[in-house]
Amino acid sequence: MSTQNGHIDAAGKKMGMWFFLFTEILFFGGMFLLYSIYRYKYAQDFHNAAAEENIVLGTVNTAILLTSSLCIALSISAIRRGERYFSSWLQLVTIVMGVAFLVIKYFEWMAKIDIGIYPDSPVLLKMAAGEIIFFGLYYVMTGLHGLHVLVGCVVIAFMMRFTMRQTIHRGNVARLENTGLYWHFVDIVWIYLYPLFYLIT
Amino acid sequence: MAQMNETPEGASFYARTGRYRWAIVEWMMSTDHKRIGVMYLGALLSFFSVGVVLGFLIRLSLLSPGWLVDAQTYNEFFTLHGVIQIFLFIIPGIPVAFGNIFLPILIGAQDVAFPKINRLSWWLYVTGALIILLSLFAKGSPPDTGWTFYAPYSIRTPANISTAVLGVFVLGFSSILTGLNFVTTIHRMRAPGMSWFRMPAFPWTLYATGWVQMLATPVLAITLLFIVLGRFFGVGFFDPDKGGDPILYEHLFWMYSHPAVYIMVLPAMGIISEIVPVFSRRALFGYVAVCMSALGIAIVGYAVWGHHMFTSGMSDTARVIFSFITFLVAVPSGVKIFNWVATLYKGSISLDAPLLFACSFIFTFSVGGLTGLIIGSLAPNLHLHGTYFIVGHFHYVMFGGAGISILAGLHYWFPKITGRMYSERYARIGWLNFFVGFHILYFSMFVLGFQGMPRRYFDYPPQYHTGHVVSTMGSWFLALGLVIIFGNLLYSIFRGQKAPADPWGGKTLEWTIPSPPRSENFREIPVITRGAYPYDEEEVRKTP
Repeated sequence: MSTQNGHIDAAGKKMGMWFFLFTEILFFGGMFLLYSIYRYKYAQDFHNAAAEENIVLGTVNTAILLTSSLCIALSISAIRRGERYFSSWLQLVTIVMGVAFLVIKYFEWMAKIDIGIYPDSPVLLKMAAGEIIFFGLYYVMTGLHGLHVLVGCVVIAFMMRFTMRQTIHRGNVARLENTGLYWHFVDIVWIYLYPLFYLIT
Repeated sequence: MAQMNETPEGASFYARTGRYRWAIVEWMMSTDHKRIGVMYLGALLSFFSVGVVLGFLIRLSLLSPGWLVDAQTYNEFFTLHGVIQIFLFIIPGIPVAFGNIFLPILIGAQDVAFPKINRLSWWLYVTGALIILLSLFAKGSPPDTGWTFYAPYSIRTPANISTAVLGVFVLGFSSILTGLNFVTTIHRMRAPGMSWFRMPAFPWTLYATGWVQMLATPVLAITLLFIVLGRFFGVGFFDPDKGGDPILYEHLFWMYSHPAVYIMVLPAMGIISEIVPVFSRRALFGYVAVCMSALGIAIVGYAVWGHHMFTSGMSDTARVIFSFITFLVAVPSGVKIFNWVATLYKGSISLDAPLLFACSFIFTFSVGGLTGLIIGSLAPNLHLHGTYFIVGHFHYVMFGGAGISILAGLHYWFPKITGRMYSERYARIGWLNFFVGFHILYFSMFVLGFQGMPRRYFDYPPQYHTGHVVSTMGSWFLALGLVIIFGNLLYSIFRGQKAPADPWGGKTLEWTIPSPPRSENFREIPVITRGAYPYDEEEVRKTP
């Protein structure tokens, strides 16, 4: 975006990104709303169902995602100092951590599917109503969050390319900053998902 | 249309740039806000015509149930009528068409803040529309749930719900991006000197609308996604068999769809606020109050969704609170109505077609708003919920509000968009037919609803026959009016007289540039030194 006199309006770009994040918050907000209502309705079932979750993997994932958020923040500071290579390395580390998060998530999902817990499965349908809802929410919320992580990884890959080609540089960091904002948002959503699914039991 | 390419001051935005071989590719790839707006306008009016034809057939079928279509087809007709008119026409409606063409011009900018995102949201709109069309012609039957897609029926019906819902999801994305774009544009792109309170009222309402688009649409997106997940993967958030709660669907749906009503009607109010001052040669009375009331409506409108569900099962406390807040919305709406009337008062009125439509808006919207209070209060609601009274009210505010204001805007900005004038005479004849037909058609619905005729029913007992016949006859006048109105406008695109830059004596920025505008709106960015409606009031009073 450029203003009337041809300068790039970094503040305008950032404003647009914040607006986009508002819409994302409301998107996830719909899910958190369902969660809170069903948690209230089926408190005991949620407590029982959460015992199925693998708290070790969940905690490892939380640590990975938090560290990756640190990396993207550092990469922005690096590019501000003009350290192009260091910045792209940090972006690469962020992507690797994002992928690691998804791989761990994959194993978590697979472990559950192996014992027959997935939406509409015969095993799940025999469970209590609240447990059906709990696992439904688990798959939908972590699934959509995972999708956001995946999108984030792809976007950061593009940013790496831009950084190497120097279209992102000391004087023009708006795109990388916006990517960072997005990545922090994905991180923050996980910070809420973690206690709601792993720690409530 | 070759004539449209040239204006006295060089090539207009219709002229080929020569960058692409095919005109259609050139237009689809264009990031010019005016081109995008014109394409939106064409698409919207096409869908509107389809929706009108479906509505016309529904009315025709109700003359004597069964003579035209069978019950299942009837269900599909009213679902499609709703889906098309709501999601493809009236929700995107004014912002994407008139907003795109005029928002940047009105605030003195060359384009919106993110032209490429603007183009992306146009592509998404086309994609969403195509997906919805696919749900009609794909294998299986078209959606038959009504436009609200209420669970659990929408999860269980064999019709093509997933496709339709996916289309609406994509349209929602388009709507979010447009809102985001406009709000950023208004924050960042105003011309020097264009302070917030020098901005015309239309951008103000687009600003309020943009926020509603951003903050309400995602809730619909996630809700519709749940429907798709329910159908494909058996996730049962709204399925009582699996511990879900269908009432929650209604809550989430209306949490978006009530604010969506303001997405439709706020910019409509903006158009009226532009037209009334120009044709009465007076500054908009209570300008600040009009602008603030747009924000007020947007904010209060978030907290009233429960009034769609008074009979669905809610606690009494919730119902009383929702009813009370519903009444609060009437306050800022009333502020606007009074301000428009006060602007007309002692003005030098020229009753041209745009003002005719604008005044019809004020009248029909008042009827729609006041009947809204009847169904917003708890006791009458229990009687009237789910009857034709709701249908009447809904069409009075949506068609009589947002729809008429689109017609008003079309007549007001037609010379600017096409560079041609239309026949005033035929515009008035069309308006008269439309206006008379409109009230016969929808007022009889109030009567029918009060007598107890339920909405969406294919058949009815004999005592409702007279009401239905009267209503259907109204639809003929209305359709005739629309044919004359659009016939006149279409004819004028090709044969109308050349329009001057400012045919109405308007004072806002779009009237300072040629009709149709050039690709770059302004040779030099204007510097704004005064408010939006600088009419000399003393001068006006002196003229007899």
